[in-house]
Amino acid sequence: MASSGSTQIIDAEIETRRAAMATFAAANAAELRGALESMGSIDAVEIRKPETGLVMIRGRIGGDGAPFNVGEATVTRCAVRIASGETGFSYLLGRDQEKARLAALCDALWQSRDRRAQIETLLIAPVRERLAKARDEARAKTDATRVDFFTLVRGED
Amino acid sequence: MYVAVKGGERAIANAHKLLAHERRGDESVPELTVPQIEGQLALAVARVMAEGSLYDRELAALAIKQAWGDLIEAIFLVRAYRTTLPRFGASEPLDTARMEIRRRISATFKDLPGGQILGPTFDYTHRLLEEPAAPLPPEQAPRETDREPTPRVTDILAGEALIEPSPEADPSDRPGDITRDPLTFPASRDVRLQNLSRADEGFLLALGYSTQRGYGRNHPFAGEIRLGEVEVEFFAEELGFAVPLGAITVTECQTVNQFKGSDTEPPQFTRGYGLAFGHSERKAMSMALVDRALRAGELGEEARAPAQDEEFVLSHSDNVQATGFVEHLKLPHYVDFQSELGLLRQIRASFEGGADASKDGAE
Repeated sequence: MASSGSTQIIDAEIETRRAAMATFAAANAAELRGALESMGSIDAVEIRKPETGLVMIRGRIGGDGAPFNVGEATVTRCAVRIASGETGFSYLLGRDQEKARLAALCDALWQSRDRRAQIETLLIAPVRERLAKARDEARAKTDATRVDFFTLVRGED
Repeated sequence: MYVAVKGGERAIANAHKLLAHERRGDESVPELTVPQIEGQLALAVARVMAEGSLYDRELAALAIKQAWGDLIEAIFLVRAYRTTLPRFGASEPLDTARMEIRRRISATFKDLPGGQILGPTFDYTHRLLEEPAAPLPPEQAPRETDREPTPRVTDILAGEALIEPSPEADPSDRPGDITRDPLTFPASRDVRLQNLSRADEGFLLALGYSTQRGYGRNHPFAGEIRLGEVEVEFFAEELGFAVPLGAITVTECQTVNQFKGSDTEPPQFTRGYGLAFGHSERKAMSMALVDRALRAGELGEEARAPAQDEEFVLSHSDNVQATGFVEHLKLPHYVDFQSELGLLRQIRASFEGGADASKDGAE
């Protein structure tokens, strides 16, 4: 029981980290840079320099069946270690190496006990708010093209 | 056979300079920028990404600019670029059921759960050319709707077992990859779909059309077409979990085709599947028609039409390969041609010699 409980805690921790990494990926470089600059100087070393490569994107036959290879996408990755010892990683679509470095730094800081709250407040919350607003606006524009079918009634009665 | 010929260096260098200037066009007209192409020629960008088999809008836009608008040349540039990059691995399979939908239509169900959304479409336009400086129409009034889940149409039919299920994944089997292993026949459906997803849109369109006209008829309905953004995740070994990389735009088409049954199985609708990078609706639809046509053998149909012949379809679908072989005819073939010329002269000489001989005989 104890072990399954701790597994759940680990899983929940991974899920929160994945959600944070998704926000770093969706943020733009200026947002990452702005938040990091407002946190003052951060000691970090690159343990993997930003590197651009490819990831083969897979789909599923019929949308839900066996996987197949659709085509590749450019992806840039980076890893940094901050002075308190945490290692941050990033894997981002595209070729923006500066953004990959900033995102890895954010991932490291998010793991640090002392810095997580700052990353949450200065970066994750405002970026999520911006993304949610943009998504709602895009949905509202799209939903104006929703079809409302009505059936023409035939007959004399 | 062609041979290396020396002596053209200066002509080649000057031809490339001339190309650069002609591509630029009238210098009193502002030069196109890559963001303009990315934003305003987005469907050309989608096509280059799909057929270049590389999702990167900015690179595709740059390639279109460099290729002077020749999309096959742009696709060639993108394919060449990808060979310079290492591959980190393969993504987790996309979940198109969780797509952030921008367009979703079905020709089979009027009232499908989640609704029908036209999105940005040329459908129902009058195809009348507009004034070049026509102002933008006022923006449509936004509409707040609670988004319901949008199950795939095939999932709705699957609930009643009226449609064949998707082929199940075999966990021990990695999907085939034509960028790593040469295409062999018979090809499995995963390999065929990879080939079709990067295949020339015009070639697939013509083949799909041919099935509708009776060359391998397969009675399709557009069960569902959806366009939107899906999240991509990549399992990073060093982290031990799937990292979210961001979202890409894809277009998916599910065709529902006429039924098939057997002594042991009740008849069910069959399916074709299309999935392509970007806003690529014609491509996804054509792909689904051809995917279904290529399943003729598996479904016990007589396979006599070109669209049902996998070796014919898969060997001729790649426009970079096709253009390479067609266009290599431009390269010097002087030695080949000299030998043919010599042979023809010889045959003609013997023909004329024979004719003279028979004339002599008649006299």
